[in-house]
Amino acid sequence: MITIIDYNAGNIKSVQRACAEVGVQAIVTSDPATVAQAERIIFPGVGAAPSAMAYLEKTGLDAALKKAFKAGTPILGICLGAQIILESSEEGNRKCLGLVAGKTVRFRLKDKLLKIPHMGWNEVTVTQPHPLLDGIQPGDEFYFVHSYYPQPADDKDVYAISGHGGDFCAALGSDNLLAMQFHPEKSGRLGLQILERFARWDGALTG
Amino acid sequence: MLSKRLVVCLDVRGGKLAKSIKFVDTKDIGDPIAKARQYYEDGVDELVFYDITASRENRDIMIHFVEEVARQIFIPFSVGGGIRSVEDATKLRNAGAEKVNVNTAAVKRKDLISEIAHAIGSQSTILSMDIRKVTPTKEMPSGYEIVVNGGVTPTGIDGLWWAKTGEELGAGELVINSIDADGTKDGYEINLTRMIADSVGIPVIASGGAGKPEHLYDVLTGGHADAALVASIVHYGEYTCRVLKEYLNNRGIKVRLNY
Repeated sequence: MITIIDYNAGNIKSVQRACAEVGVQAIVTSDPATVAQAERIIFPGVGAAPSAMAYLEKTGLDAALKKAFKAGTPILGICLGAQIILESSEEGNRKCLGLVAGKTVRFRLKDKLLKIPHMGWNEVTVTQPHPLLDGIQPGDEFYFVHSYYPQPADDKDVYAISGHGGDFCAALGSDNLLAMQFHPEKSGRLGLQILERFARWDGALTG
Repeated sequence: MLSKRLVVCLDVRGGKLAKSIKFVDTKDIGDPIAKARQYYEDGVDELVFYDITASRENRDIMIHFVEEVARQIFIPFSVGGGIRSVEDATKLRNAGAEKVNVNTAAVKRKDLISEIAHAIGSQSTILSMDIRKVTPTKEMPSGYEIVVNGGVTPTGIDGLWWAKTGEELGAGELVINSIDADGTKDGYEINLTRMIADSVGIPVIASGGAGKPEHLYDVLTGGHADAALVASIVHYGEYTCRVLKEYLNNRGIKVRLNY
């Protein structure tokens, strides 16, 4: 059973439907107690860091998520959920959850032909092995839509990269948490494969 | 580097797939959800559903339709047709559409674009424009005019001006549909597409006129489009998404091939 955190940040249903497609039951909740006790958690999100953080703090979901992380609950972050797990975001200069060291920064593009948001399908290259990213082959593409990206302080926390006017971090993690800037729920069969792996993941880095 | 996108458009009328030639002579050609699933499996990068009846009564049908699509398709898709309010847009987005397209209602009241962008984000707000070629005038210096109500009502609004205005108001993407090219299969309107793509900082989807794979190549290169929208050539089985993408790949365009 997967628990999807609903914190008023975008279309949660598409994540739930993608879980259903791979045969995994998922519930959507905004109740901190449910999150703290969850078996495994998806932390999705589309939108702006300041309003998302304000909502998490107001509801106590921030503390519940931190507690689950410390307890070793497998957690999958998606998009905004891959940004606000860092210590801070340039978006509104907001202090964030700090589950992973580093900050979220805005694309600074020199090439005028490149556009922001970075929107569409792009290649993801795995930089160090991870049980959830095992199936990804060179040339595999995933769906992105974002103007900011996560920048972990330590390279050891980077698991995959993509490129838009230079390399940027496409997946990051720490222990039982892996988060991706792209949308596995909108990335066709290859994205569904990640959700399928997550449904079986015990949170350990070797498997 | 981002791939160029292949977008398939499905005109939906009362839950059925329809296709028009030059915006008239609409006929039903099948079940849109089955078609969409077929394109999804065949590697389409994005889908657009246009509700061509777009009446108030049809709105609920469309929401159920979007929910059903979202249960079967795991790539981005957008919905357009008759979206007149933030409420319409939010409902469709919450039903599972990644993006919504506004057209006529935004021309009538341009603040609709900023309101929707504020509510669901610029990345989810697409401005669709139906454009026809006209003799350049002082009011329409670009030589292109916006037409509304499914391509039948001229507005006197300059096409290029409207594209730039849409971006300023918060649209995250533009669909440039050439009325002159629509349904002809003679190729996209390259000049129009390039003119707009070079004048805005947001992605541009070229629409109208695709008849052969070369047309897609032309608009993605010479037309500077980020995505090419097709309809007839895949609906009637002349080409598959796979064949179109392999053609583009063979000519050096980066497209998504692993799926």
